[in-house]
Amino acid sequence: MFGAGPADAAQASPSSRVTLTINGERRTITVDNRTSLLDLLREHLGLTGSKKGCNAGACGACTVLVDGRRVNSCLTLAVRLDGAEVTTIEGLAKGERLHPLQQAFIDHDAFQCGYCTSGQIMSGVGCIDEGHTGSPEEIREFMSGNICRCGAYVNIVRAVEQAAHGK
Amino acid sequence: MHPFSYTRAANTRQALDAGRAGGRYIAGGTTLVDLMRETVERPRTIVDISALPLREIMVTRRGGLRIGALVRMSEAAAHRGVRALYPVISQALELSASAQLRNMATIGGNIMQRTRCTYFRDVTAACNKREPGSGCAALHGVNRTHAILGTSDDCVATHPSDAAVAFTALEATVHLLGPDGERTVPFADFLLRPGSTPNREQALRKGELITSVEIPALPRPLQSGYLKVRDRQSYEFALTSAAVALHIRGGVIHEAKVAAGGVGTVPWKLPAVERELIGQRPSNVLWTKAAERAADGARPLRHNRFKVELLNGPSSANCAS
Repeated sequence: MFGAGPADAAQASPSSRVTLTINGERRTITVDNRTSLLDLLREHLGLTGSKKGCNAGACGACTVLVDGRRVNSCLTLAVRLDGAEVTTIEGLAKGERLHPLQQAFIDHDAFQCGYCTSGQIMSGVGCIDEGHTGSPEEIREFMSGNICRCGAYVNIVRAVEQAAHGK
Repeated sequence: MHPFSYTRAANTRQALDAGRAGGRYIAGGTTLVDLMRETVERPRTIVDISALPLREIMVTRRGGLRIGALVRMSEAAAHRGVRALYPVISQALELSASAQLRNMATIGGNIMQRTRCTYFRDVTAACNKREPGSGCAALHGVNRTHAILGTSDDCVATHPSDAAVAFTALEATVHLLGPDGERTVPFADFLLRPGSTPNREQALRKGELITSVEIPALPRPLQSGYLKVRDRQSYEFALTSAAVALHIRGGVIHEAKVAAGGVGTVPWKLPAVERELIGQRPSNVLWTKAAERAADGARPLRHNRFKVELLNGPSSANCAS
């Protein structure tokens, strides 16, 4: 059935219950329908690794995986994620063992201030899964949704190359 | 963002019922959520249509294509049939937005996306599209990125989609389903020029859903491609773009399908360019001569006169490549 209750005049903002899996952990949460996945992660669940840069889908700092695909969590309404699997930067490492792309970012010094880094890494994981790592040009094109104001792009591309091809 | 109620349609009937009751359909949500946050869009009810069975890409008889409305941009761009039959479509898609947005946004939503005019997105500015009768701040404002074709005194905003430029060039049709049943609208009639009602953007009736976009079969071999000129190399809207498909046999162009993006209030078909090309032998002289017709009827604004020249260049270069 159509789940959410009617808008209660101007006062109460409609909310809905969603059950989703975040970094392997199943959670049932009641959210205001307006809540973005990014705000759900940061403000409700304390997972502040995903960053809010532009909040408009223009910078990529909020990138996470939803059902294995990289998306902008700032433009994703949490209410739509019933049954979804979300992976954030916090869920990438296996215990103490970093994900190969996390390690590659360290190896190549692929960040300065670090604000865009979790988004870059999540986007890089998606880019590698999609197979868009055939050349530095292809990596640059398919990573263009992630902006780095420090300009660490050269090393970011190298890190993605290393994780994709082990070089 | 204004409060809204949310419903998820389990099937087409539920979607149409909710749509008829005034609900706003949401697919990828990349435009809608963004504009809701700016309070440009204020839907009371959102109807999530992502569970509807509109996710198929079919190669039709004789080599046309039918792309389901809920196929994601990234899926359509990567599809073997699309890449083999119409490179112009996969190129237009891959030159759009970012990988993340292409993983979210759908084909139906892509052609429904609203203009990037900054005055439209700024609720404190005059905008006839957003607030009919309030005026057009772009007409005498900062209008470098605005349209030079298909404009009116009420609106000069461009349509931002790249894929829609390819669909326009290829003379696609849009399949619709509404409370009164199915119908089909030629792509050229689906997106509306602003005229005196820029708030009306599509030839959609209340509660109607896009179910698919169909590309007709064209004679083979067909060479096609999409060229996009923009302020930065990636992740930017077009200042000008050109979608071109040519059927060349025996050294002569027998079919030419050409449209331009970033310059019109809707994707702009270029029949005069097509006529210059058909029956001719490919040559650089021909490309230049045909492209001179690309900006026929252009009405540049204060800051975007450069688009006239820009339009001639890519049209010519895209034919050549």
